[in-house]
Amino acid sequence: MENKNYASGEVTIRVRGLKKDFADVSVLKGIDIDIHKGDVVCVIGASGSGKSTFLRCLNLLEQPTGGSIYFEGADLTDKKVDLNLHRQKMGMVFQQFNLFPHMSILENLTCAPVMLKKATPEQAKAKAMELLARVGLADRADSYPSQLSGGQKQRVAIVRALCMEPDVMLFDEPTSALDPEMVGEVLDVMKELAKEGMTMVVVTHEMGFAREVSNRVIFLDDGVIAEEGTPAEIFENPQCERLQSFLAKVL
Amino acid sequence: MNWFAKLQETFLEDNRYMWLVEGLGNTLLITLGALIIGVIIGAVIAITKYFCEGNKKLRIFNWLCDLYTTVIRGIPVTVLLLVFFYIIFVSVKDGVPVAIVAFGINSGAYMAELIRSGINAVDKGQMEAARSLGLSKGQAMAKIIFPQAIKNILPAIGNECIALLKETSVAGYVAVVDITKAATNIRNKTFDAVNPILLLALVYLVMVVAMTRLLAVLERRLRRSDGK
Repeated sequence: MENKNYASGEVTIRVRGLKKDFADVSVLKGIDIDIHKGDVVCVIGASGSGKSTFLRCLNLLEQPTGGSIYFEGADLTDKKVDLNLHRQKMGMVFQQFNLFPHMSILENLTCAPVMLKKATPEQAKAKAMELLARVGLADRADSYPSQLSGGQKQRVAIVRALCMEPDVMLFDEPTSALDPEMVGEVLDVMKELAKEGMTMVVVTHEMGFAREVSNRVIFLDDGVIAEEGTPAEIFENPQCERLQSFLAKVL
Repeated sequence: MNWFAKLQETFLEDNRYMWLVEGLGNTLLITLGALIIGVIIGAVIAITKYFCEGNKKLRIFNWLCDLYTTVIRGIPVTVLLLVFFYIIFVSVKDGVPVAIVAFGINSGAYMAELIRSGINAVDKGQMEAARSLGLSKGQAMAKIIFPQAIKNILPAIGNECIALLKETSVAGYVAVVDITKAATNIRNKTFDAVNPILLLALVYLVMVVAMTRLLAVLERRLRRSDGK
């Protein structure tokens, strides 16, 4: 199963037997995967296949019904583990941006690092401005989220997560709520991140991004990993029938 | 006797207008005090319910909050005032602090529902985003959810303030000389019913209009962040 194209560094996230039920619907039916340092994993699948639930289980925004999530060695499903501490190391970007509307962009970026004593207000501000400049939004530091376009909001949301200096970034359909002309600017930032070696798990409908940027692609179907491989394997030579028909529909 | 002479007799003789000024002072004191107590109780209850809902171990707190809102909202504020003055705080002779507590506890029940609706109206994604950054539930509530909730319900809180101000006009039931009671005292003393009542109505009207204006300014300031 191990492939030479996969990053071979230490395991950042190890998922074992992950199950999630909502009421009487079983959304995840047992998922096992290791995500290594430096991996860029794209999770694809039809809507309702459990991709978002899978991602949200990784930082326990959804409480798994069964199984374990190990992040840097600690079992996050263990009640004794300080989840908040580990979440500081797992950045997350949402489909709906979820910027804090009552704060300026700069406050959005600095509030968590300062509150959690990761940095002094001055350090946090310097870091925020540096990252903002890198996504081309330094001049919007004093704006409020409602004054930004969707693409700008999502770039700010990515920077907000980065300000915590995470070891892994989780993306939950980051471009699905964007107008088509803004998708590119967000994907460019993500590509940049990937190039710098950030470990990323990306739930996406952007097959072009998955093919070009990721080193592993996971196809979720009906709550299980139906197929997994390098982008070349998944897109050029899909094995299972469900993946073949899914790709036929989206490509 | 012309009207001005009558006014002079009613309000200026024996410096009776001072009765009104003192009464107004008490009315404002009771309103402000009750408002502060009401907002604190309301916030505590709303936040308690937010954290306890769906938690089996903390269900008792949820139940206590429900009991409070049910009982308080089920009793007219005048009756509540009588209960506090004649049953609970029998030994307290000054009615003003009792009135502050009674109106505050009454207002708290309504504030609780208001603030709760404000908290529930904040998008679920806000809490998720805050938690994903590593903030605890309490930190997220204090810094992210609560400020947005308050902003959402500011107009409703304004209405509650206005209602509270007007409700305090029954404080005279427990030997508090608020402005309504002061006007009544002048009426009894001078046998002039028309002028004290008209003036009283005018004073309330002016206060309510002033509060409405103040609120509009506050709302506009808070709305700055909406980029409008």
